[in-house]
Amino acid sequence: MTARKRKETVAWRKSIKGRRALYLMLTFLLLAPLAVAFVMPFLVMVSTALKPLNEVFKFPPRLIPETVVWQNFPDGWYGYGYVDFTTCTWNSLKITINNIVGNLVSCTLAAYAFARLKARGKNICFALVLATMLLPNEALVIPQFVLFTRLGWLDTHLPLMVPPWFGWPFFIFLLRQFFLTIPEELVDAAKIDGAGHARILMQIFIPLSKPALATLAIFAFIGNWNSFFGPLLYLRKPVMQTLPVCLVQYQGAYGNTDWHLMMAVATIAVIPVLLIFIFGQRYFVEGIATSGVKG
Amino acid sequence: MLRRFIRPISPSARREERIFYLFILPWLIGLVVFNAGPILGTLGLSFTDWRISLDDLNFVGLDNYSKLVNDDIFWTSVGNTLYIAVGRVVFGTAFALLLAILLNQKVPGIPFFRAVYYLPTVTAGVAVALVWIWIFNPRLGILNYGLKLIGIKGPPWIFSSDWVKPSLILMSMFSVGPNMIILLAGLQGIPKELYEAAEIDGAGLWGKFRNVTLPMLSPVLFFVIVISVVGSFQTFTEIRVMTEGGPGESSNVLIWYLWENAFIYLQLGVAAAVAWIMFVILMALTGLQFRVGRRWVYYEGEGR
Repeated sequence: MTARKRKETVAWRKSIKGRRALYLMLTFLLLAPLAVAFVMPFLVMVSTALKPLNEVFKFPPRLIPETVVWQNFPDGWYGYGYVDFTTCTWNSLKITINNIVGNLVSCTLAAYAFARLKARGKNICFALVLATMLLPNEALVIPQFVLFTRLGWLDTHLPLMVPPWFGWPFFIFLLRQFFLTIPEELVDAAKIDGAGHARILMQIFIPLSKPALATLAIFAFIGNWNSFFGPLLYLRKPVMQTLPVCLVQYQGAYGNTDWHLMMAVATIAVIPVLLIFIFGQRYFVEGIATSGVKG
Repeated sequence: MLRRFIRPISPSARREERIFYLFILPWLIGLVVFNAGPILGTLGLSFTDWRISLDDLNFVGLDNYSKLVNDDIFWTSVGNTLYIAVGRVVFGTAFALLLAILLNQKVPGIPFFRAVYYLPTVTAGVAVALVWIWIFNPRLGILNYGLKLIGIKGPPWIFSSDWVKPSLILMSMFSVGPNMIILLAGLQGIPKELYEAAEIDGAGLWGKFRNVTLPMLSPVLFFVIVISVVGSFQTFTEIRVMTEGGPGESSNVLIWYLWENAFIYLQLGVAAAVAWIMFVILMALTGLQFRVGRRWVYYEGEGR
């Protein structure tokens, strides 16, 4: 390298443009490998789903299968004794949709009350909302189990489908935060027009809160679709089970697991969540960001 | 407080109050039936020898608790729970903060990276837990293959009692999505003038991070930590799908110990005692955090 060239390099490095390029490169050097790591589990799942069984156990593992076996998908879906994935998917879908609607209705009402209505005892109630956000529901499961057993709800979808109609603290909190940002003047104007709270909620708050409600619907979809603890506990009969519970039964039933078939079904199970995530990303990110904001 | 209750209020205010309670009624019923009731129910049941049928249920005082105190497996599961909680909170928060800082840079493609980093959180569940069993496979898994390529002999991961807890913590690093987004929003809320002022004072990268970013971010960081502790106590899916508390008892955490006692050994009285202890530990930890938090969390407008 000639002296002149070296001098140029130094000057380049010192220049703002050069520093900017260096900074870009360093950032990407961190961002990119992490991104690869983060999609890896997903890639392993899809690639295993497409391999024949003998290739699954080959070393070194390859992400791109030598032979692609699409047949794994129908085989996995139908080929497993008493587990019928069509039924499981249907069950999951039914419970998930019910729970989204239940959550949205009950939480919208409560959030409106907490954001816009004055009442004695309101602060205590809201403190309880916050406190229950920190309550691990799994620890309350024994008395709940007793309750639902006594009601004869075991092996029905009711223990999973009824509670969502009674609010979810995290959603109430998020929606309340959003409702607080709706200008007071709009409410006052509606009141002058003689609108009651039900009408204000229906005609002002809900239309203005579509993005927030969409966020909650997405959260609820993902949470319920992936939900495992409750379904595992309350659903024993194969025809009642949800997708995650069906999937687990694939595991080692005969001592060895058909990994390729299991991964094929797992891939199908993940697709709805993935689609919702991709198309609802904007809402998603905004929604979570709000949860950390001091209320 | 009391005076506010006694003070007479106007009819319109009373009407508003009625609407308020009407609107929160579903939540209120849920609170009583699904939260408050079960908390007390758990406490009550923990003093009984209840096994399967509620009809042969006797009051046994503190028997269940003394059984637990004398059970080595119980203490192991307390230790494992705390181990995983500390690991997840410390590494998880640090990692989420690192990702948030990276995503806060002005480089192209940020929305793409944000989506990719969030992806594993969305797909968390049984399907992905099953994949991780395969990833952790010591002989054929992609993780140890990757390590071999850079000349490291990979450990046996979830298949050894020494490595199972670090493995679970490592896996949880992939679900830091929500924390990352919350911290990112916090970072974006820090006024630029503060950084400019720090630069004028001659602060370098570390100085700016230490004296501007950390204090300004501390309320959000606090929120993330409190939520992470609660979340780590709820690690059930991975344990059930991947380890079932093993090898041995090395990944037996309280929630799994509770599940085993309640629904496998059908000792529901004992399980209720475990649930109640879990509660107390969580409440104590949360209380402690609020206490310590007062010292390190900086709220704007509060002064110091």
